[in-house]
Amino acid sequence: MLKWLFHDQLQLGLAQSAAAGLAAMVVILLARKRGIHLESDALIAMVRGLIQIIAVGSILLILLRAPRWTAVFLLIAMIVAAGATSARRAQGIPDAFKVSAWSIACGAGSVIAIMTWLGVIDTAITALVPVGSMLIANAMNTNGLALNRLRGDVLAHVGEIETALALGAEARSSLDPYVQSAYEASLIPAIDSLRSLGIVWIPGLMAGMLLSGARPVYAAVYQFVVLAMIFAASGITSLVSTFLIRTHLFTSAEQLLLQPGR
Amino acid sequence: MNTLSTTNSVLRTEHLGRVVGDKTLVADVTFRVRAGEVVAIVGPSGAGKSSLLRLLNRLDEPTSGTVFVEGADYKQIPPQELRRKLGMVTQRPFLFPGTVADNLRYGPGQRGKTLTDAAVADLLGKVGLNGYGSRNVANLSGGEAQRVSVARTLANSPIVLLLDEPTSALDEASKLGVEGLLQDIVRDQQLTCVVVTHDVGQAARLAARALVMESGRIVRQGDVREVLHA
Repeated sequence: MLKWLFHDQLQLGLAQSAAAGLAAMVVILLARKRGIHLESDALIAMVRGLIQIIAVGSILLILLRAPRWTAVFLLIAMIVAAGATSARRAQGIPDAFKVSAWSIACGAGSVIAIMTWLGVIDTAITALVPVGSMLIANAMNTNGLALNRLRGDVLAHVGEIETALALGAEARSSLDPYVQSAYEASLIPAIDSLRSLGIVWIPGLMAGMLLSGARPVYAAVYQFVVLAMIFAASGITSLVSTFLIRTHLFTSAEQLLLQPGR
Repeated sequence: MNTLSTTNSVLRTEHLGRVVGDKTLVADVTFRVRAGEVVAIVGPSGAGKSSLLRLLNRLDEPTSGTVFVEGADYKQIPPQELRRKLGMVTQRPFLFPGTVADNLRYGPGQRGKTLTDAAVADLLGKVGLNGYGSRNVANLSGGEAQRVSVARTLANSPIVLLLDEPTSALDEASKLGVEGLLQDIVRDQQLTCVVVTHDVGQAARLAARALVMESGRIVRQGDVREVLHA
């Protein structure tokens, strides 16, 4: 219907954004009726996301003519931004930004580097940046989920954790059950994506490859390759962040810093 | 020079305090506990009793003063070793998922030691839970869970037992049972013990000496009956 009303591509894009945004607004209103307040978080995220993607799209246009090494700087900037975004899910945990940025750098960065070296990811800036950004974005989500789950579990089990400490446990091992469940929970989306690939959803990258003339079988296999890379990047990120964050939850005298109401 | 005699002092605090933001939780607390002595800390809610006990176990960091354990400044003792020596039983038992025996083996396991079946049976006998080793902790009553918590702390062979309102979360029948059990353990093992309680009667039954706290400070200390009836 929108295509009949808007013939200019930019106008059509804005109208489509408004329609999709309206669907998101319905969710926000429904949540509000149940006493869940997503308004400011969701609205800011949507407006930010729209502005950011338009800005990155414009930058990509310029980068198409830029030398390949500029992709490295763009990916590093993405990792820093991803670290800042997912650190917000770990309120009250000291150095959450530093831990998040390093974890995403280890997870997404190492997979991007190795896969580019192996030739799985093309070094062309138009391939490296979009595929790299997919890995970084998913690593960011996984990291946010892991830290948020760990924070929630720690706050809900302060008694158990301090009991373990009082019985002579090392700070790190007193968190073992919660680190394990945070790690498992953070990987659920990546595992489900792999599991349902081609059945529940056919990702955009495959559709794009088909439209640009790639052989359907190769497009399908490459989609699996991307999701497997996402799983690897997310898994390493979550493993590193849940490992690193443990030391930041305690003082040097092994006292739990994260306490309800503090 | 320290004004307190340190003879036989297992535990000694010196001007111990903790301030968080603009709130004083514990202020200038100085006292000592001799070997085999049971000391009760009493006072109204919010007086700083539990905060003091957390400082003794170093679950929180003092902002002033320190604690001496067998003459050594506790800041020089590795936290795991310190907490093993000063065994703590909390108001709620916080048992770990698994069996009763798993819980009893937790503390020694942290030091690479395995508690034998006989040692587990011995500990369970002390807390009146013979034959409970293989039971899942999810199926225990409140009183039984608190007894397991006491046995779990004793499994670490502490030199001082710190009890934080050990019966306040229990019903009346369980409360009397656990209190009797603590009296027996402390008497039989000659354990040095610091017990926090808001129950003056319980303090009189368990302890020989009492400290009365108000607004984070010790306002009276001495013989339990004299202090509590002052």
